[in-house]
Amino acid sequence: MAKTHVTLTLNGESTELLCEPRQTLLEVLRDELDLTGTKEGCATGDCGACSVLLDGRVVCACLVLGVEAEGRTLTTVEGLADGDQLHPLQRAFLEHAALQCGICTPGFLIAAKALLERNPDPSEHEVRYELAGNLCRCTGYDKIVHAVLAAAAEMRGTVARGRGTASRGN
Amino acid sequence: MHEIRYSAPRSLDDAVALLAADDARVLAGGTDLLIQLRAGTCPSRHLIDVKRIAELATLDVDASGALRIGAAVPCWRLADDARVRRSFPGLAEATALIGSTQIQSRATIAGNLCNGSPAADTTPALAALDAVGVVVGPAGRREVPVASFVTAPGKTVLGRGELLVELRVPAPSAHSADAYQRFIPRNEMDIAVVGVAASITRDGARCSAARIALGAVGPTVLLAEDAARALVGGTLDDAAIARAAAAAMAAARPITDMRAPADYRREITGVLTRRVVAEAARRALQGA
Ligand code: FES
Ligand code: FES
Repeated sequence: MAKTHVTLTLNGESTELLCEPRQTLLEVLRDELDLTGTKEGCATGDCGACSVLLDGRVVCACLVLGVEAEGRTLTTVEGLADGDQLHPLQRAFLEHAALQCGICTPGFLIAAKALLERNPDPSEHEVRYELAGNLCRCTGYDKIVHAVLAAAAEMRGTVARGRGTASRGN
Repeated sequence: MHEIRYSAPRSLDDAVALLAADDARVLAGGTDLLIQLRAGTCPSRHLIDVKRIAELATLDVDASGALRIGAAVPCWRLADDARVRRSFPGLAEATALIGSTQIQSRATIAGNLCNGSPAADTTPALAALDAVGVVVGPAGRREVPVASFVTAPGKTVLGRGELLVELRVPAPSAHSADAYQRFIPRNEMDIAVVGVAASITRDGARCSAARIALGAVGPTVLLAEDAARALVGGTLDDAAIARAAAAAMAAARPITDMRAPADYRREITGVLTRRVVAEAARRALQGA
């Protein structure tokens, strides 16, 4: 099958690639570009492990064709950190033990980034609602929600880095 | 996934020509279609991506207050739109219920309709508002009411070469409002066991017009005309709403499946009809 030439902005860089029309954006990222931070959980749009930002909106990369990314702007988990400087969300996930196996983590980070860009000061309820498309089999979600709230506070500049909003005793 | 061809035309004419020439499928949000492709249940091998056609990406409220929703407009644009939330709160709430934030970014309500699921959330909301679909094909343009767009589960009125271009919702009157609720066992991200939409127009205390549409209790969306008749001319008091709920239960044609037994679905149809009629009536009074 002839491959299609796709040009997009990927994590801030203009990128060209060749892919088959049947390849999902998730397959293109992982298999063609070796960007394996984006995970495959279900491949049916149910788990959110493959979340990426397409033109600033969070989408499941398993439900987008690679060729649909032509001319678009794409951000993956590899684009969150600034060199060695982790994104506040990434630091908060580490400091709040918001991951165990880590398979769901890139998707949560991306979805949380999209959430905080739209709503810098979400309630706990809003965080839980907005992140309902991301499934985690390990953590029970509490620590993820608290990490997102802590990162939000830090990004608003209301809480010193590392203190978080809710230290929950363990 | 099988090999496929992909086209992304920029004009409606090109899309129709491509669709007519090949037994192609329209790709809008892709949240149902890509799953069907991967599962091998989509017979077509040629996808026509319609998201680059400007006309299909339009979301517009005209001077009269009528709403036009391009077939490629993703759910979030509709659910977030202040004009839509104000004038068609039931449609906005039905749209916001579809899937996760990720799905909202991609899925379209035109696709929700064309997919033909009996449990589609936005189809009853559109039917209660008397919306029509504008269809374009090799023979030209035609309008099809949303209430009769789906002919059987997964089947629509669309013929070869035809595509749904936009949905048109008539302008609401000053004292009308709509509401949609669905029943699911989870808190969110689930498929409706029952979904009911109501649109109510008031003339003071009196109900001057009503439309009630039922989802997930028949092979297609059902208009509960007797339920609407039970309300029109009355004062939307509890007794009238109870009669409408009983008529909606009688109109339902539910099946038993893994989500619920038929008699439970029928019971819930009555419960939701009471709730959405009361909510739409309250909103209409406030001039929602
Ligand atoms: S892998 Fe895409 S949603 Fe699960
Ligand atoms: S940390 Fe294992 S799935 Fe979330």
